[in-house]
Amino acid sequence: MDGPYSILLDFTLCIGCGACETACQEEHGLPSDPPEDRLDYRNYTVVLKKDNQYYRKMCMHCIDPTCVSVCPVAALEKQESGPVVYHPEKCIGCRYCMMACPFQIPTYEWHKPIPVIRKCVMCNERVAAGRETACAWVCPVGACRFGSREKLLAIAKRRIRNFPDRYVDYIYGEKEVGGASVLMLSGIPFEDLGFRMDLGEQALPELTWTVMSKIPNIVITGGILLGGITWIIHRRMDIERENFEAIDRHIEQQKQLTEAEKEAK
Amino acid sequence: MTALLAQWQGLSIRRRFGWLTIGFILLLGLWLTFRRFFIGLGDVTNLTDEFPWGFWIAFDVIGGVALAAGGFTLCFLVYIFGYQRYHSIVRPTVLTAFLGYILVAVGLMYDLGKYFNIWHPIIMWNPHSVMFEVAWCVILYLTVLFLEFLPVVLEKFNLKTPLRMMQKMTIPIVLMGVILSTLHQSSLGSVFLIVPNKLHQLWYTPILPLLFFLSAVMVGPAMVILESMLSARMFHRGLETPILADLSRFMQVALIVYAAIKIQDLFVRGVVDDLFTGSYESFHFMGEMLLLFGAFVILAFRKLRVKPAWLFTAATLVGLGVVYNRMNVAWIGMLRGTGSYYMPAWTELATSLFLITAGIVAFFVIVKYFPVFPELEEEKNHA
Repeated sequence: MDGPYSILLDFTLCIGCGACETACQEEHGLPSDPPEDRLDYRNYTVVLKKDNQYYRKMCMHCIDPTCVSVCPVAALEKQESGPVVYHPEKCIGCRYCMMACPFQIPTYEWHKPIPVIRKCVMCNERVAAGRETACAWVCPVGACRFGSREKLLAIAKRRIRNFPDRYVDYIYGEKEVGGASVLMLSGIPFEDLGFRMDLGEQALPELTWTVMSKIPNIVITGGILLGGITWIIHRRMDIERENFEAIDRHIEQQKQLTEAEKEAK
Repeated sequence: MTALLAQWQGLSIRRRFGWLTIGFILLLGLWLTFRRFFIGLGDVTNLTDEFPWGFWIAFDVIGGVALAAGGFTLCFLVYIFGYQRYHSIVRPTVLTAFLGYILVAVGLMYDLGKYFNIWHPIIMWNPHSVMFEVAWCVILYLTVLFLEFLPVVLEKFNLKTPLRMMQKMTIPIVLMGVILSTLHQSSLGSVFLIVPNKLHQLWYTPILPLLFFLSAVMVGPAMVILESMLSARMFHRGLETPILADLSRFMQVALIVYAAIKIQDLFVRGVVDDLFTGSYESFHFMGEMLLLFGAFVILAFRKLRVKPAWLFTAATLVGLGVVYNRMNVAWIGMLRGTGSYYMPAWTELATSLFLITAGIVAFFVIVKYFPVFPELEEEKNHA
């Protein structure tokens, strides 16, 4: 298998057994009683049901991740092999990643005095050791597959082409905010599952980088400009003061002269 | 102890009530501080995974930085543009900005989950992050404000040589302060560039950093006016109404520029229709603009702006308008896009009130012991 790696979730195949959830909890040492209807600090993924279809929520592992770009201390990191990982020892707890994530995935330990961010890390240690993620490894029906993004994307496209009645014609994660490492196929429209379809294809970090990259210029140009203005204005104020002083001196001299003349008379 | 008691008995009923209120707020604040740091953010805030930034960020940090803008606008006018007539109000303004920024930093510590790691941006860099820029601006500008206020301390202890050295450094320090403030004020707008799908389109615009900067320039003079008038009242000193009325003209110019660009931006992005949909976003946007319009009308009339009461009203309207704007961007405008509900808990509001009260008490204590108001000093010497 060649990286960068991805996960393909085929919701139409999912039987809702929850093996992926259990495997994930065990793999990452998470509590055995996570909430069943949402993500929070106790789980990295959750299996949900809409109509007759199961679906999953988890970190999308974006190709150009918003969370990685906004973290002031680089506590979130996109690995070349695909996973977006988290370094709690660097984290300052500003929660900009949570605020910025277009998929609203990272969660927080609100009840703890010293909290950390929680989110799926695509089993980065297993991946580094050449293994699949725990959820892909345990899935009994192939609804969750692990592999190179290129191959999984080809598989997803082939499935939609071969079974147009079974799937909606959309691969969620292929283009969202510049593309993600988690790809999803569904039998019912993604917006009905609560996935946002209005995110656009532009990677969000570009929005801030256009401004951030101009800062050195602003500092240098602004500094020179302001320094120049200050110098000119203060120079003119000095000259003005000198002129006034010269005038004062002149008047004083004239006074002395007239007084001397008076005395002479 | 008996001396304190005698002093207490000497106070009027109104003053006693004032001190009791302050004492109550401070005690309550300490209790909430304990709960925040020993139980957790969830115990005192209504924050959720969907809405991770609440009142503390919107008001204490983002609003607070805007309200501390008096320092750099006034220093710009006095030291760079040479408007010497404002010199007498530079010191109280710099002190307010300094205390304001300390409050912002403290407020940020309350909000940061791992507050003890607050220094991390110094060694762990991510130049792609606006928050990284914000962190550096706060650190550097706090240093600059400290240096700007240092002469007051040196004067107090009569340290002549370092004082003369500091005075030679004034211009470079002020220049740095102005540049850092420009970056910092605008960067708080840039923070929201990353959420085009969450922030309502009435507020989300690529020129958010510009709007944040311009509104900071506008609210700077307003804060100078407010705090001069309030401290004049507290310390029974002469009011500089002519100077302040004069200063309000800069505020008016900044207000017109800001409003013009903000309204033009609505047209350029084609979202003007959103103003008249009757949604709660349009209501709050109108509210923010109406406050500024009120100030504009007052300032437009010379007869009004030279009267202390009207001048005070105009400055208050501008201050409220800018805070309203920051709350709209960081809170109101984010609700629909995140599909969540957030209303600050009373404990969040009380903690903010505690920090502000502590800041005001600190201001008066410093003014009492340090030469902040030049003419007050003269009175002391005469007495």
